Amino acid sequence: MGRGLAGAALGVLLILPFFLGSYGLTIFIFVFFYAFLGQAWNILGGYAGQLSAGHAAFVGVGAYTSAKLAMAVGLTPWIGMFVGGLAAALLGLGVGYLGFRFGLRGFSFVLLTVAVAEICRLITLHIEALGAALGLFITFTGNPWMFQFQDSRAHYYIGLGLMLLATGVVAAMERSRMGSYLAAIRQDEDAAEAVGVNSFRYKMLAMALSAFLTGMGGTFYAYLIFSLQPAAVFGIPLSVDILIRPVVGGSGTLMGPILGSFILSPLAELARTYFSGGGMVGIHLVIYGLLLIVVVLFFPQGAYPYLQRRLARGSAP
Amino acid sequence: MSLLEVHGLSKHFGGLEAVGGLSFALAEGEVLGLIGPNGAGKTTVFNLVSGFYRPDAGDIRFRGLSIVGLKPHAICLLGLARTFQIVRPFPQLSVLDNVKVGALARHRHVPEAVDRARAVLDQAGLAAKAHTPAGALTLAERKRLELARALATEPTLLLLDEVMAGLNPTETGHFIELVARVNQGGITVLLIEHVMKAVMALSMRVIVLNYGEKIAEGQPDGVVRDPRVVEAYLGEEYLRAQS
Repeated sequence: MGRGLAGAALGVLLILPFFLGSYGLTIFIFVFFYAFLGQAWNILGGYAGQLSAGHAAFVGVGAYTSAKLAMAVGLTPWIGMFVGGLAAALLGLGVGYLGFRFGLRGFSFVLLTVAVAEICRLITLHIEALGAALGLFITFTGNPWMFQFQDSRAHYYIGLGLMLLATGVVAAMERSRMGSYLAAIRQDEDAAEAVGVNSFRYKMLAMALSAFLTGMGGTFYAYLIFSLQPAAVFGIPLSVDILIRPVVGGSGTLMGPILGSFILSPLAELARTYFSGGGMVGIHLVIYGLLLIVVVLFFPQGAYPYLQRRLARGSAP
Repeated sequence: MSLLEVHGLSKHFGGLEAVGGLSFALAEGEVLGLIGPNGAGKTTVFNLVSGFYRPDAGDIRFRGLSIVGLKPHAICLLGLARTFQIVRPFPQLSVLDNVKVGALARHRHVPEAVDRARAVLDQAGLAAKAHTPAGALTLAERKRLELARALATEPTLLLLDEVMAGLNPTETGHFIELVARVNQGGITVLLIEHVMKAVMALSMRVIVLNYGEKIAEGQPDGVVRDPRVVEAYLGEEYLRAQS
């Protein structure tokens, strides 16, 4: 995408809240939030090519860490966000050590990540200090210092900021030595090793960075929803929510997670709003399933690479 | 002191002895040819020396230090680079980006690595293809890329695994010149090759493997007349064609 187009889009997003109602704001908040999480997932799942279907684990660890620290010792979530990110990164390094040291590739690694998220959910379900099955409830005070806002435009701008932050991190990574090394590892790990790439180390770095950012997202989630339940923040549906956006938009590309979120998040929100009555709660997951089939069949590399090719063809003489 | 010393190197796969008690040494600046029939264990030797396999027994010393148990990337950083018999480019990356990955081993900063990669592409005769995706290259170009990517890591010892297999005579001739120039530039070469023209033109010494064991070693001219080598590998036809 041209710089001009990106700049214009950003300009629109910056003034948009002054023209949106609360429902519109909510939809955009989720677009940004899932684009942010998708971008974080993209580092590991897209660039490094290590598919994680358990990224909810990092959201959950980040959310519980930050919320519990705020409740127990009054630590501001502005700092708790980074502590939660660090906790998630530590968990990520543990998962990465198990997966990469013992050479789990492909489907085995996917299963490992799912298993870790499920273990986190089951453990949290039995920790009284974290509210066990009931979860943690955050009392609303509206104090911005405690990451609480009367006006959801604050969530809008913070969400937008997070999305831009993750995208900036990934853009810098793409151009760095790490970006080249991850591309090499993704395409042929043995050939990468043969030219001096420490594949274990770079996969661990990708994991730590991806988990850290995802963990930061946990704090945003906690103070958007004001309650944390093990099934919601560690569950498989959230893991699917995180990975499906970059996969649909184009994993391993800078704009893929953003495009994917702009396609899927409004759909998911609308489905939740209009179908949540009458026992159709999970309808957005059905929509994901159908979309995934379309993507796999018609543009397996994702929507963004497809668009890029179409635009390139369109502008060629 | 030898650049590379291999002592009593052995590797089994199940009941099969792929390499059995192999010893040899490589002097700095040398080109050593490693020849023998298919299945003789040549590529296994490369995989052992470059750290992709762990030997069952024996020692491998590079610049006097044992490299047994080191990971391939660590061995590469010590200055020992290899190519793969079946070329393994990063297919979605451009030719330049492929070589850049190799150059990043010695140049942390991307712009320096790109400069270095361009210089290596010039050397390998691939400059015109810098922005072509590696997946779109011809076989001869892929072989050059395989060599260029290894060269970009600035090795002191280069292991070339059948880089000339499948090339036509003209391409083979160009490739022989290229490898000769690399060696003149100070890089020691261990060469696995079936193309005897290349082996004879480049090697200062030749080792012949058969069933994982060394059956002959010496000057190329002498080795190809060794009856055991003729019987196990070259065949009477080869001698008759030469005379």
